[in-house]
Amino acid sequence: MNLDFARILPDIPFILSGVPQTLLFTFSSVFFGLLLGMLLSLFKISGIKPLYWFAVAYTSVFRGTPLLLQLSLVYFATPQLTGYDISALQAGVLTFSLNSAAYMSETIRAGIQAVDKGQTEAALTLGVPYPQLMWDIVLPQALKNILPALVNETISLLKDSSLVSTIGVVEILRSAQIVGANKYIYFEPLIIAGLIYYILVMGLTYTASILEKRLRRSE
Amino acid sequence: MNEVVIRVEFLCKSFGTLKVLDDISTEVHRGEVVSILGPSGSGKSTFLRCMNLLERPTRGRVYFNEQDITDPKVDISKVRQKLGMVFQHFNLFPHLTTLANVTYAPIKLKGISHEQAKQQGLELLAKVGLVEKADVYPSRLSGGQKQRVAIARALAMEPEVILFDEPTSALDPETVKEVLEVMKALAKTGITMAVVTHEMGFAREVADRILFLDQGKLAEDSSPDEFFSHPRCDRAKQFLEKML
Ligand SMILES: Nc1ncnc2c1ncn2[C@@H]1O[C@H](COP(=O)(O)OP(=O)(O)OP(=O)(O)O)[C@@H](O)[C@H]1O
Ligand SMILES: [Mg+2]
Repeated sequence: MNLDFARILPDIPFILSGVPQTLLFTFSSVFFGLLLGMLLSLFKISGIKPLYWFAVAYTSVFRGTPLLLQLSLVYFATPQLTGYDISALQAGVLTFSLNSAAYMSETIRAGIQAVDKGQTEAALTLGVPYPQLMWDIVLPQALKNILPALVNETISLLKDSSLVSTIGVVEILRSAQIVGANKYIYFEPLIIAGLIYYILVMGLTYTASILEKRLRRSE
Repeated sequence: MNEVVIRVEFLCKSFGTLKVLDDISTEVHRGEVVSILGPSGSGKSTFLRCMNLLERPTRGRVYFNEQDITDPKVDISKVRQKLGMVFQHFNLFPHLTTLANVTYAPIKLKGISHEQAKQQGLELLAKVGLVEKADVYPSRLSGGQKQRVAIARALAMEPEVILFDEPTSALDPETVKEVLEVMKALAKTGITMAVVTHEMGFAREVADRILFLDQGKLAEDSSPDEFFSHPRCDRAKQFLEKML
């Protein structure tokens, strides 16, 4: 076995240049996934039958089929169905947002239902209408409680983002593969890519723990 | 007698097959302090919660300032702005500071400026003796302090009536007094109060009227003197023997 990291040293900046893509991808997906997830979770607790069934079916489908299949469908079928020439990055963000919304909606729903009913009642008796108290009083407390679960979801997304390499987005994994293909060495660039993912995940975990401590201020 | 603020007519409430309130009719007048007494499970909380429609009556009507608030067309949020409530377990908003708990509703609902709300909020906190806790989160307060903040929060909307559901039942004996003092002072300001309580001393001293509930029925409606010295029904007699 002969490892030669020296040979790919000049290519490390190229692999690193995939990091912004990966992060942009991950955080856009988390952001849109969270918004859509909130909406779906509200559908689930709304008590309005059609909305409830829509959200339940949505969750079921997105959790019941492979992510890679969803990604391919969105990327390859969108141009065919709508004529819109979707970029790989757009397809990736769209798919991952839709997919993570399904998971997040369940987490958020549980978080909302775990907030003491007295909170809702107190706000109602002040005369605050339901949508407004949901936004101001219940959701902030729910999100705080489920923050660890949301961080885990973000970490999953970050790691799964490597899947978009299959449709040609040059993120961390894809750039490592390109380096490998150019130089006919695969082990070293992939190890570098793995290391970068690992550092990013650790960074996220650490940031989350600091955030959580700051939120605990009110306890 | 003063004008009627709340009128309850033939109020019934069932949870499934359990009949909790059985045909209650009564009135609360402006400026009155009404104490609602009764054994555990007699329906006191449910009765109070029907007055602001936290529970929807199964039958009967509730009028606030002569407006039938059980009418589905009524904007109940608007009505509730004038009908404050204080809970046994305080229900302060844990993610907001003490002051923000008090100013939240006026800012959102009355459209007053943050500055003005803050000033009014501090005045209210001063009234309940807690200005120095303005920037503290509720988790740092004692039970008695929490309940005083909850009272200030209810007052911030300048309600005509405040409903209290066992405001001192979750408190340590030492802190019960500080909350009762605040409530007594409040009663003197002439605000209308309906108070479910197990504090017989408070009911006797502060209330203008006693409503005694027994198994969902309004078993007695009398002045405190009458109720405590000559209770009419046997259940009230038994209840008083146990409580005093
Ligand atoms: N949401 C509900 N669903 C089903 N039953 C309920 C509900 N709320 C109250 N009850 C029942 O209604 C009856 C009266 O309850 P309520 O809380 O009004 O009594 P209470 O007089 O306030 O008692 P306590 O002194 O213990 O607070 C009880 O038997 C209670 O179990
Ligand atoms: Mg009760």
